[in-house]
Amino acid sequence: MTNVDSIDVPNADHKPAQRNEPEVVLSMQGIHKRFAGVPALTNAKLELKAGEVHAIIGQNGAGKSTLIKVLNGAYKLDEGEIHFMGEAVSYASPHHAQMAGISTIFQEVNLIAYRSVTENICLGHEPKRFGMVDWRKAHAHARETLARFGLELDVERPLGSFNIAIQQLVAIARAVALDAKVVIMDEPTSSLDEKEKEVLFRVIKELQASGVAILYVSHHLDELFQICDQITVMRDGQTVDQRPIGAMNKLDMVAAMLGRDPEEIAKGGATNFASTGSSSDEVLLSIEHLKGAAGLKDVSFNLHKSEILGLAGLLGAGRSEVARAIFGLDHDLKSGKMTLSGKEVDFNHPIRAIEAGFGFCSEDRKEDGIIPQLSVRENLTLVLLPRIAKYGLIDEEKERQLVEDFIHRLGIKTASMEQPISQLSGGNQQKVLLARWLVTHPNILILDEPTRGIDVGAKGEIQALIRRLADDGLTVLMISSEFEELVEGADRVIVLQDGHSIQELANEQLTENAIMKAIAQ
Amino acid sequence: MNTSILEEQRKVPRTLSARALSQVKNNGALWAFFLLLLINILITPNFLQIQTLYVNLTQVATVAIVAIGMTLVIASGGIDLSVGALMALAGTIAPMIFLSDFAASSPALGLFLAIVVAISAAGLAGLFNGYLISVYKIQPIIATLILFISGRGIAQVLTNGELQTFDNPSFEFIGTGRIFGIPVQAIITMVLALSIAWVLKRSIYGRFLLAVGGNEKAAELAGVPAKKVKMITYMVCGLLAGIAGLITTAINSASDANQTGQLMELDAISAAIVGGVLLTGGKAPILGAVLGAAIIQLVGYTLLANGVHDAVAMVAKAIIIIVAVYLQQVKGAK
Repeated sequence: MTNVDSIDVPNADHKPAQRNEPEVVLSMQGIHKRFAGVPALTNAKLELKAGEVHAIIGQNGAGKSTLIKVLNGAYKLDEGEIHFMGEAVSYASPHHAQMAGISTIFQEVNLIAYRSVTENICLGHEPKRFGMVDWRKAHAHARETLARFGLELDVERPLGSFNIAIQQLVAIARAVALDAKVVIMDEPTSSLDEKEKEVLFRVIKELQASGVAILYVSHHLDELFQICDQITVMRDGQTVDQRPIGAMNKLDMVAAMLGRDPEEIAKGGATNFASTGSSSDEVLLSIEHLKGAAGLKDVSFNLHKSEILGLAGLLGAGRSEVARAIFGLDHDLKSGKMTLSGKEVDFNHPIRAIEAGFGFCSEDRKEDGIIPQLSVRENLTLVLLPRIAKYGLIDEEKERQLVEDFIHRLGIKTASMEQPISQLSGGNQQKVLLARWLVTHPNILILDEPTRGIDVGAKGEIQALIRRLADDGLTVLMISSEFEELVEGADRVIVLQDGHSIQELANEQLTENAIMKAIAQ
Repeated sequence: MNTSILEEQRKVPRTLSARALSQVKNNGALWAFFLLLLINILITPNFLQIQTLYVNLTQVATVAIVAIGMTLVIASGGIDLSVGALMALAGTIAPMIFLSDFAASSPALGLFLAIVVAISAAGLAGLFNGYLISVYKIQPIIATLILFISGRGIAQVLTNGELQTFDNPSFEFIGTGRIFGIPVQAIITMVLALSIAWVLKRSIYGRFLLAVGGNEKAAELAGVPAKKVKMITYMVCGLLAGIAGLITTAINSASDANQTGQLMELDAISAAIVGGVLLTGGKAPILGAVLGAAIIQLVGYTLLANGVHDAVAMVAKAIIIIVAVYLQQVKGAK
């Protein structure tokens, strides 16, 4: 291992003086990639030097994920060249790339949950003795690797028994164990809390110090200032800007991503909400002492007609569980009282909730949002279907009209309504899922992290859309981890902590500081 | 983004012939089928005779019918091992009824009841499968193993394990009859395939089936009655197995609880896979299943007619499945 102090980290503020320029480990030039005729990458390029943390930013659909997938062999490129350690390369799969020294840490950890930490770290390169796996050596190797990051785990325990943050670190440890020269991280902090983030950043600095180049994709621009050296901005499949981080501020980044003038953006608010106060005091839904699955202990609040009510809290405070319980999921675990327009209700299946006028956009698009094999059209009308059918047969003409209408109204970018939804970018998938509910004209829409993992542009569009809907009389229950979004977007915010509703914030009390203070109580 | 490109994409071939053509282009199974026909015309003696067609149609019909049901079940994200046993069950029940004293006094009603009761029994058994899988969340392979073992057992108990032979031309019609020179079971197969394919494409049930198979959690959250959809699917699979069981019995003019539908589950799964069903669910090519059955049948026939041993033919079947799965993976990776 290299000594931490002996390596110069390229930095905007001081030039690496005594040393030569750090070597370029990876370069991508003139990369083109099309999907079904739609260009996803056009003449994209990237240059990565040893020991740098290089961020790629851009809106959803700008081509960040595609660029990564072309690099690690998940996609075949149509045109262009990739040089790694001075040699032209092309990988058949992410596995091949990993074995060659380019490891990808995905948004969703793709390790084997029911296997031990050791097995996950050593999979594919286990130390052997007489043709059998030498477990003692393997465990020792795993412990050693983790120790480099200051982690001490029971390496014989199944990986799934640890939380996501630890799992992610194990994934990184695996990359290091494979002697990675380039580590790609795609939204690594999206499911981490503040403390876990710190650990991750420490690990990144450690990697960097040992000469590993890190390609870092994130929507959280604030993070970048803490750990990154270089920024590459992508827009519409092209690399439009590359600069050292010191030469950019947050506004510049957003402007470059959107292709707009920084000053123009500075005038508007940071989010597109701008509350207009359309809410009334009429109680539409009242929740009393709701108790249910996984840490939902005692939650009470009122939802007023055509307001946006925010639910704040840390990961695991029970936010999503509240939404699921209201919507009739996890019914066998539920207790408490729910009153809708003065009548007590209890949904035992989402079908009942939908009939009562509810809609629910879940937090995890992949897990319980999209049906990947089906088209945009089929995904969009899934909830509506029974209402546009007669004798069980779908009115296809009407279906097409409605889908066309919503693709247009929400500005969904897709080659056609028959394109599989899995080929759309995250932001466009999210719009389809929103449309899935909006097309049914719900009275109450529950949105769990409606803007998670999507880029600034689509985020603004979705926020503006939510506000417009509330102005038109829709009642929204919105869960968000971004306090800024809650403060600007919601009329009131209920703060949850450890499965309890502990405080309500409204009007001038509703500030980011107040939410943080309530959570920290 | 370039709008002209978007416009171009929208122009999916609209005319029927153009669409059919593009489907042929993208359908490896159809190519394989035509290739097999060509090879046979060139090398197999007497291939281009009507008798050859009859033999093949007669043999493929039952596999195709069961493969349709299997395709539905696989599209829902499951599997059904009990289809062969359900064929035996239905094939046993029908003769018991039309050979009874009651049927002797009123043959028409007796025959009607024989067919309806036998198929319904298989459908009920399928519903039982669906119930175990959707309500008790038992793995499909385990849940259907129960009837795979016990279904044939029940059929044997009903007849004390004895062969039931009969001479009932009305019943045998579904196995040996012809309408306009076409074997009746071939007509039954095509009618079932086309109507089920149509229902899948046009109905809520079809869309719900694909949604449940594609992502059950998401479907459930979107208000899809996933349990009901699965139960219906396994029931339909059972009903189809029942129909196939009756045809097999009618062809043989005898019902043998030990033999009817032996290894049918494997043939049906093979046909469904060759037909292009995704083992991960979410896609249900019904006509593909029929084509898959035809390909496997034709390969077997080609080898047999050219004097290759039966055991070799089985290896050939296995190779077809390997090729089909390989092609599926290559397609999926793109």
